[in-house]
Amino acid sequence: MSEKRQNLGKVVFNGILTENPTFRLVLGTCPTLAVTTSAINGLGMGAAATFVLLGSNVVISALRKFIPDKVRIPSFIVIICMFVTMVQLLMQAYLPSLYESLGIFLPLIVVNCIILGRAEAFASKNPVAASAADGLGMGIGFTLALTLMGCIRELLGNGTVFGASLLGTSYQPMLLMILPAGGFLVYGLMLGIINALSNRGKEDAK
Amino acid sequence: MSLILSPAPHIRTKDDTQRLMLNVLIALVPCVIAGIWYFGWQAALVLAVSTASAVLAEFVWQKLTHKKVRIFDLSAAVTGLLLGLVIPPASPWWMVMIGAFFAIIVVKQLFGGIGDNFLNPALTARAVLLASWPAFMTAGYNVGRFDAVTGATPLLSSASTMDLLLGNVTGAIGETCKIAILIGFIWLLVTGTIRWHIPVITVASACLLGWLLGTDPLTTVLTGGLLFGAVFMATDYVTSPMRLPAQIIYSIGIGVIIVLIRKFGSYPEGVTYAILLMNIAAPLLDRVVPQRLYGHAKAKKEAK
Repeated sequence: MSEKRQNLGKVVFNGILTENPTFRLVLGTCPTLAVTTSAINGLGMGAAATFVLLGSNVVISALRKFIPDKVRIPSFIVIICMFVTMVQLLMQAYLPSLYESLGIFLPLIVVNCIILGRAEAFASKNPVAASAADGLGMGIGFTLALTLMGCIRELLGNGTVFGASLLGTSYQPMLLMILPAGGFLVYGLMLGIINALSNRGKEDAK
Repeated sequence: MSLILSPAPHIRTKDDTQRLMLNVLIALVPCVIAGIWYFGWQAALVLAVSTASAVLAEFVWQKLTHKKVRIFDLSAAVTGLLLGLVIPPASPWWMVMIGAFFAIIVVKQLFGGIGDNFLNPALTARAVLLASWPAFMTAGYNVGRFDAVTGATPLLSSASTMDLLLGNVTGAIGETCKIAILIGFIWLLVTGTIRWHIPVITVASACLLGWLLGTDPLTTVLTGGLLFGAVFMATDYVTSPMRLPAQIIYSIGIGVIIVLIRKFGSYPEGVTYAILLMNIAAPLLDRVVPQRLYGHAKAKKEAK
């Protein structure tokens, strides 16, 4: 791909909506399903991934001319690992409860396919500014998607959103929603709804 | 309208979905009567709510998606009634409603409506309810004539054989009275609605494995939901395999998984999960068993 100038706003928007990593690209489904048992977990995971995505995209883009093609994947992973370790240590120090609840999925950001995918598909071929915009957009898109799913699951499965009780004490929580099966259900339904909505837009355009 | 999916030749009969579903409804009548007799008005309420909600869900969905409204093929009514029969008699009405909506909309309609769902809607809804509100699904049994009885599910208690046969024990509304289930089974066989293979092989394999593991076959058959599941759930046209060899493997699988869950699992009963697991396997089973095309002689080895 040639390194033509790209509209940075468009790149950010692309990550948030048109190519939302969770709902359009269906990447990073493992953390999507696993940590969205509550809104705060979804938000925390999204924020951590955004930080890593932004950092790794910038560094990989800056180094793209120095990294030999044959060892690019290991190089990317080393760079990503650096940022994941930073996030992990920061979160352990300042947000210990979130660190506890995200558990293994925090270090697993290293192998999150969104981050490696953006490094491979975008950052290694585009200048620093565009890569930063891409990382930011994708990160925000991921965060929004995870927070939305977390809200839905927490509301139905626990009657709360961000810990605030919304449905009153008479609500009988639907435990399934915060069990793994509920993650698959909500994710599948959201994908379906979003596909239906975007298809409707296309039909109107015709 | 095509009903029984099978390799050619297809011969048209008078049967249509409505007629077959009506047969199933008639076959369920003894279970309904027995359930209401033993569990009282609460059971009647559960059955009414679940059947009505299922039909309503089907109607609303088909209206909203501009499809032909087909509630009069009775398949939604059967799903609703089956769901009502496999949950406890004291289930709260809103839970029954959510279950019925889930069965029709998520399990059936989202996968394409009648004939295209890969899981049994009523059983999937039961599994969802059990995972969502375990308190209501495990404690709602003691109503009607059993005011004085507490605790033990039928699988764990030591009721007499006669009580188990007649259904004079706690349990889900439709599963307790084995006589009623057998009457329904005979009706389904006589009317040609189902064939005997799936229920009989399911029960036989469960008994055999249970016996090998030290459970009295009589206990295996008469407790829990085995008989109801084998007759009414495992035989669902849509979610069971189409061809006989596959049906045999499917039935054995159900029987084996039931016994394994009962013996080694953390749940006391495994009929729901056994049937759902084999539902998932059904299309694969249809593919792996060898198929002889109509008009072809048995494949000869030298033909290759």
